[in-house]
Amino acid sequence: MGKIANEVLIEKLTAKFPGEVAAISQDFGLLAVETTREHITEVLSYLKNDDELKFIFLTDITGVHYPEQEKAIGVVYHLHSLTTNTRIRVKVFLSADDVHIPTATTIWDGANWMERETYDFFGVIFDGHPDLRRILNVDDMTAFPMRKEYPLEDPNRIDKKDYFFGR
Amino acid sequence: MYNHPVYTDNDPQTEHSTLNLGPTHPATHGVFQNVLEMDGERIVSGVSTIGYIHRAFEKIAEHRPFYQITPLTDRLNYCSSPINNMGWHMTVEKLLGITTPKRVDYMRIIIMELSRIADHIVCNSILGVDTGALTGFTYMMQYREAIYEVFEEICGSRLTTNIGRIGGFERNFNHIAFAKIRKVLKDFNYGLKEFESLFNRNRIFVDRTRGVAAVTPEQALSYSWSGPILRATGVDYDVRAMEPYSSYDEFDFEVPVGDNGDVYARFLVRNEEMWQSMRLIEQALNKIEKEDSSIFHADVPAFYLPPKEEVYNNMEALIYHFKIVMGEVETPNAEVYHAVEGANGELGFYLVNDGGRSPYRLHFRRPSFINYQMYAPMSRGMLLSDAIINMSSLNVIAGELDA
Repeated sequence: MGKIANEVLIEKLTAKFPGEVAAISQDFGLLAVETTREHITEVLSYLKNDDELKFIFLTDITGVHYPEQEKAIGVVYHLHSLTTNTRIRVKVFLSADDVHIPTATTIWDGANWMERETYDFFGVIFDGHPDLRRILNVDDMTAFPMRKEYPLEDPNRIDKKDYFFGR
Repeated sequence: MYNHPVYTDNDPQTEHSTLNLGPTHPATHGVFQNVLEMDGERIVSGVSTIGYIHRAFEKIAEHRPFYQITPLTDRLNYCSSPINNMGWHMTVEKLLGITTPKRVDYMRIIIMELSRIADHIVCNSILGVDTGALTGFTYMMQYREAIYEVFEEICGSRLTTNIGRIGGFERNFNHIAFAKIRKVLKDFNYGLKEFESLFNRNRIFVDRTRGVAAVTPEQALSYSWSGPILRATGVDYDVRAMEPYSSYDEFDFEVPVGDNGDVYARFLVRNEEMWQSMRLIEQALNKIEKEDSSIFHADVPAFYLPPKEEVYNNMEALIYHFKIVMGEVETPNAEVYHAVEGANGELGFYLVNDGGRSPYRLHFRRPSFINYQMYAPMSRGMLLSDAIINMSSLNVIAGELDA
């Protein structure tokens, strides 16, 4: 079986979830769709279990922080259909004061550590996760370091200000 | 006087004992901690603790221009850094829409396949050490040394290579490098044959590894396994064949698969991959002879640093040098996911770019991190000594695990 065209994917998803799934970009041929946290479990299991799509391989789960957006935290799923060699990116945006999303560990065992990593760095709480603890950072850390407001270096340093470099 | 209880074999073992395997246990080859609950020699349950060498590469990458992220990728899987370097370069090239000349693609394939061989040498010979056969290890290490000498000839460093640039290579391969590559091929052809005859039908080795930690394809896919350990279960997923990058589609190679996903099958798959890598390098060496031997990078002056003597003597080169170093070059506002077949599996780069000089967000899909999470669940009921060789054959690299 060949690669599924993005148009076919969009058509199937909008037919199955009318108004709940929206295509947002097709950068470099990889379709990205956005959905809501109420539907993410259904969308993921539909993508995995549909006979024609078969996105059985969960490539990755990660987060992105957009502090200027109303819904600031994005959770990004990359799925791969090994039989048709198609990839898809599914995004859910959450507001920073309500970062709950259902877990994907009910669909893939491998989602466990990926979600722990996303929790560790972005503070996204995956409801129903069996063991949602920090994974790479120390347990008593209070911040979520991949959020944009967390500084990389000592903010009091004065030798690396942009204006020294004409920026 | 002594108050320690002494158990005999007839005493009922009512209590489980706790064993801290790691963080720096000599048998784990890296910083891995597993707190195991033991019933005698058998593992009842285990909890993996990771993150001991976490260095926040994803955060650092958000503050660095693209070309300065290459040294960070070195430190992911440091047994095969060139694959990480080139995976990153190809990600940026995909974002910027750069097409590399064929000769660059073939040079990359030579380097990537050499580092795949180097990585598999480490994994398979260490597996021999863990099962009690030190000889294979001492012989195989000299071939890894020869491969590192090739890297040294090309880029000046051996382990954390920082090899290549966005758009190609920093300098051309000289005739010594080509001679060394050919010598590696010639010698290793003999060495790998010897290694295989030492292990493949060795009764002790086969008894020790056959049926140990067998994994079904369903389990492996559910845990998002990739690379040789997934192929050992019988799933023929190889990024090089599925989504060919760097002109892999022009090459003739096979994707070896195993039967039941045990330690022995992983060993055989890795050995066969080394043969396939040698095939690929040989084809690349033949193809490279037909190309213009002066080409070693794409013509992208806005991203590829000009040579230093030109910066001093040529106005245009000086302008480009300034623009690259100061990050004045426009980049597209886009998201890109690019995957390469690392030595341990699918190494992916998810790059969110906002048009600036450094990524808005960069995420590494690190195969070791994702492969390792099945380790504790699959160790249940296993003998401790089997769990050790299982970890060896997963080939988890601490740098890639913790990023």
